[in-house]
Amino acid sequence: MNGNGVRVSVEPPLGLLLELTHRCPLQCPYCSNPLELQKSGAELDTDTWLRVLDEAAALGVLQVHFSGGEPTARKDLAAMVKRAAQHKMYSNLITSAVLLDQRRVAELAEAGIDHIQISFQDVEPENADRIGGYAGGHLRKLAAARLVQEAGLPLTLNFVVHRQNAERVSQMIAMGLELGAGRIEVAHVQYYGWGLVNRSALLPSREQLDAVTAEVESARLRLKGRMLIDYVVPDYYALRPKACMGGWARRFINISPAGKALPCHAAETLPGLEFPSVREQSLGAIWRDAPAFQRFRGTDWMPEPCQSCDKREIDWGGCRCQAFALTGNISATDPACALSPDHAVMAEAVKQSRGASLGFVYRQ
Amino acid sequence: MSVTVEADTVPRFGIGVKFRFDEVRGAWVVLAPERLFLPDEQAVEILKLVDGQRSLGAIVDDLAVRYQAPQELIATDVAVMLRDLADKGVIRL
Repeated sequence: MNGNGVRVSVEPPLGLLLELTHRCPLQCPYCSNPLELQKSGAELDTDTWLRVLDEAAALGVLQVHFSGGEPTARKDLAAMVKRAAQHKMYSNLITSAVLLDQRRVAELAEAGIDHIQISFQDVEPENADRIGGYAGGHLRKLAAARLVQEAGLPLTLNFVVHRQNAERVSQMIAMGLELGAGRIEVAHVQYYGWGLVNRSALLPSREQLDAVTAEVESARLRLKGRMLIDYVVPDYYALRPKACMGGWARRFINISPAGKALPCHAAETLPGLEFPSVREQSLGAIWRDAPAFQRFRGTDWMPEPCQSCDKREIDWGGCRCQAFALTGNISATDPACALSPDHAVMAEAVKQSRGASLGFVYRQ
Repeated sequence: MSVTVEADTVPRFGIGVKFRFDEVRGAWVVLAPERLFLPDEQAVEILKLVDGQRSLGAIVDDLAVRYQAPQELIATDVAVMLRDLADKGVIRL
């Protein structure tokens, strides 16, 4: 049921994001994992993950994202990739790549992995390793990217950009070309969880944001048909919120390492919602009936100014986790929207970040 | 912007792109790295003929016969659609 007690019917989900583990050799200060990380002992076993994949295929999931933490920390990763391939679900590996060697890449290729996305923290090795909190990581990533390319697998490079690397976006794009990536992501930090903790050290200035945007736009034109560039902007200078996850429980299901089914990876930060476990319920039952999935599905739950807004089915009220983190109210309009009564908190955060320390609280 | 595509061009799917029928939705889907398209009926008929061997000209011939439509009209529609799909990384021209 949604906020008004009406059951909102829904199409099959398009994507399933499996956070196989929270373990990771890196400690990026904007990690999307929750502040409270799950221990390896709490992780689902292989058979349960395989059952989740079977249920996802029957439900109509088209793409599976194997993520973490660092998904290659799971020794059974290839078995899961193989199961996804048997169901003809498109498989994406989202990895830091520091554990990827030739044997592992061959094993994944053999299992039928469709695409590998490698994160990079910067183009300058020293700064990249400082941001990731892992000495020698950058060079390992470069080596792994070459292995992926040599194996003939589609490669994406992911760059998270922020105040401490925004000046090097043109070199990031050049690195994508040099490594034969078909696609790169230039994604500004999203300020939830660890990113919110480190917001003052990471928020770019308006000038930095505009320079990155201009660089991406010109590269997109120049590289049309050669390399795709996906670009994600930060909310802090925006006038309208993002359609977070394409709308609450409209397209995606996220499974935490311990098996909690979530409409987005940060949903467990929201109070008062009980998220079902795939240990106890099928994915189909969860998608259709779980109260936590119904809660913000559609538009009936929306407050004003969303309720009467003609963009309500474009941005779906923005991000619930951001709305709660910045206003204390899980049903509030996302403050990223200029129409939100709380919009001033965004400009205030930008002001506070000026001249703030560049030191990080590392994820651990 | 020019949408000219030569008749002897052989369109292929981009690296990592899969085009398949989804039983659950009863619809054809295009799957690619972090991308997913549900092509309309017209696009589906064109994409079914993209096999890495047929040229644009051969694709147009096939469709013109099947739909009994003027060759030039079909040629323009197919070129526009393939150019658009190429910009999205679905097709290589």
